Amino acid sequence: MSEPLLELRGVNKSFGVVHVLHDVDFAVHPGQVTALVGDNGAGKSTLVKIIAGIYGRDTGDYYFEGQQVEVHGPRDVAALGVEVVYQDLALCDNLDIVQNMFLGREETKGIGLDEVNMESRARETLTSLSVRTVKSVRQSVASLSGGQRQTVAIAKAVLWNSKIVLLDEPTAALGVAQTRQVLDLVRRLADRGLGVVLISHNMTDVFEVADRITALYLGRVAADVPAKEVNHSQVVELITAGRSGNLGIAENPATATV
Amino acid sequence: MTDDTSTPDVAAPSVAATDFSQDSQHATTLRGTFQDYLNRLRGGDMGSLPAILGLVVLLVVFSQASDKFLTVYNMSNLAIQAAPIIVLAMGIVFVLLLGEIDLSAGVTGGAAATIAFWLIIKHDQSWWVAVIGALLIGVLVGTTLGVLVSRLGIPSFVVTLAFFLGLQAVPLKIIGQGGSFRVDGVIRELAIKNVPVTVGWIGAAVIVLGFAGLSLYRYKSRSARGLVHQPLSVVAIQIVVLAAVVLGLAFLLNTDRSISPVIVIAGMPRVVPVVVLLLLVWTFVLGRTRFGRHLYAVGGNAEAARRAGINVNRIKVAAFIICSSMAAVAGLLSAAYTGKVSPGSGAGNDLLYAVGAAVIGGTSLFGGRGRAIDAVIGGLVIATIPNGLYLLNQPSYINLVVTGGVLLLAASVDAISRRRRSAAGV
Repeated sequence: MSEPLLELRGVNKSFGVVHVLHDVDFAVHPGQVTALVGDNGAGKSTLVKIIAGIYGRDTGDYYFEGQQVEVHGPRDVAALGVEVVYQDLALCDNLDIVQNMFLGREETKGIGLDEVNMESRARETLTSLSVRTVKSVRQSVASLSGGQRQTVAIAKAVLWNSKIVLLDEPTAALGVAQTRQVLDLVRRLADRGLGVVLISHNMTDVFEVADRITALYLGRVAADVPAKEVNHSQVVELITAGRSGNLGIAENPATATV
Repeated sequence: MTDDTSTPDVAAPSVAATDFSQDSQHATTLRGTFQDYLNRLRGGDMGSLPAILGLVVLLVVFSQASDKFLTVYNMSNLAIQAAPIIVLAMGIVFVLLLGEIDLSAGVTGGAAATIAFWLIIKHDQSWWVAVIGALLIGVLVGTTLGVLVSRLGIPSFVVTLAFFLGLQAVPLKIIGQGGSFRVDGVIRELAIKNVPVTVGWIGAAVIVLGFAGLSLYRYKSRSARGLVHQPLSVVAIQIVVLAAVVLGLAFLLNTDRSISPVIVIAGMPRVVPVVVLLLLVWTFVLGRTRFGRHLYAVGGNAEAARRAGINVNRIKVAAFIICSSMAAVAGLLSAAYTGKVSPGSGAGNDLLYAVGAAVIGGTSLFGGRGRAIDAVIGGLVIATIPNGLYLLNQPSYINLVVTGGVLLLAASVDAISRRRRSAAGV
C-alpha cells in the first residue's frame, strides 16, 4: 500500500478528567476513502478536530507525507492542504456560489475584486468534479438543496488544491437522490488522488464508497481494516462492542489484538 | 426539487455543455432577464422596488394636491432636506448589514457638529479642521461602540442606547442649556449655495459616461469568458435609464428657480455632490472590495465567516466606525441645513428617520442585505413626506403618523419578503 498522506500515531487527548482518545493511530492514504465510524461519544469528532488543528494533542505525533509536522492551529493544517467540511456546512446564505467558494480568500485585481477570474475558477472546479446539478454559479446558496449545498462546500474544499478532505457526516440530512450525488462526488475526489476521510453513521454509505474503515470504540481504535474484508454486521459489532470475532479490542485493552 | 439526480447512466458525453445551463440560457435574452427578475420579485427579493414605487406614489399624490410641490424650487429644497437623512442612513446600512443597530448615530452627529463649530467659533479654526475634528469624534465613538459590541458581546441595542443617552451631554455641556452655535461659512454654504451650472452638467455627464463605460467593459470581459452576463439589450436599457435619471435631475436642478426675474438661482445645491460622492464610494466598497464581501458574509453567517478566516470582530468594529463617521458627516449637513447647532441636535427623530430610510430603501433589519443606494431612495421617501405635508399646511401630528405608517409598511415588506425568500429559497 502507498505511503499515508497523513498519519497520527499514539494520540491521547483528555478533557479534564475525561480521557477521550487512547493511543489512537489513524492514517489517510492518497486516492482512498477512509471511513471513520463509531458510536456517539466514541471520539470521532475529537479526532477530526485534532486533525483539523482545532484541538491540540496531549501526546502523539502528526505526520504529513511522511514528515513529522508541528500543527498549532487550523491555519497550519489548511496550509498543509487539509480541508474540513463540517456538518453545519458553514456557507453564507446571502452570498452566491462563487462568493462562498472564495470566502476569505477572494482574488483581487488592484483594489477591487477579480470577479471574472473567481467565477471562471469556480466553474472549472465544479466542472472538474462533474457537478451537473447546479444551474448557475451565480445563484444564491439559499436557493440550493441540501445536496447541492454539500456539493458547494466540498467544491470549496477542493478549490484550493487540497490533498486531504475530511467530511463530517456529509449525508446525514440528505434524501436518497442527494445522498447519491454526494457519494458520487466523494468517490470522484478519491479517484483524483485526494485522501478522503468520511465520517458517517450510515453503514450503507460507508460500504458504498469506503476503501478502508477505521472503527473507534470508547476512544480506542477497534479496527483499521480494508472495507472489502469486513461485512456490515462485523462493523456494527465493532462500533457497538469494540470487537467482532478475532477483530477488535480484547476485554482487557492491554492484550488487544489490534 | 429542481436538481436532477446525477446517476452515472444519465451522464452524457456532452456533460460540459449542460453544466450551469441556466448561466447560458436565461440571461441571454431580454425576455429571459425580465422573467428572471419577476421570479426574484415573486421569491421575495424585492430590493428597492417598493421604495421606488412608494416614492412615485408620493410624488404623484403631492403634485396633485399642491401646485407648489413639483416646482424646481421645492425639489432643490427636498434635496437639501433629504441629504442629512440619506447620509445618516448610509452609515446605518453598514451596521444593519451585520444585523446590529446603532441608536446613537443621531446624537453622535449632534456631538460631532458641536465639536466642529466649537472649534470654529471658540478656537478660530478653519472649516476643514472642524470637519476633521467631527470625523475624529465619529471614529472615536464608532471604535468604542464596535469594541464593546464585538469584544464584550453586549447587544448593540443596549450599548448604543447608553451612548444615545450619554452623548447628549456633549452639546449640552459645550453649548449650554438654551444656547446654540450659529453655522456660517463653507459648511453653511453646502445648503445655501449651488454648484455652478456648467460644473453640474460636467459632473452628471462624467457619471453617465463612467457608468456606461464600466457596464460595457463588464459585459465585454464577462461574455468573452463565457461567464454569467446580462444581454446587451439589458445593459443598454440600464445605461439609458441611469442617463435619464441623472441628466433629468441635473436639468431640473440647473434650471433657474428664482421667483424674481432679476436674480438667477440655478445649479444643484452643494450637498448633492457630497451625497453622490459618498454613494459612489460606499457602493464600490460594498460591492467590489474584499471588505465589502466580508461585511455581507458576517451579516449572513458569522460562524461561516469566522471559519473562512475572516476576523469577525474587526469587521464589526469597522462597520461601527463607518456608521459613526457617516453620522458625523450627517450632523454637519444637518447643521448646514438648519443654520445652527443646539443642545438638542440629533436627539430627535433623526436616527429613527435614518433607520426607517434604510429599511424603506430595502436594507434588511435581519442582516446580510443592503446597499448604499437603499439609503438614498429611502431617505428621499422619508424627506418627501414632511415636505409635501408642509406644503399642504397639514398639522405636524399628521406628519408623524404618516411617517410612522410608512416605516411600519417597510418593515412589514422586509419581514414578509424574508419569509418568502426562505420559502422560495431565492
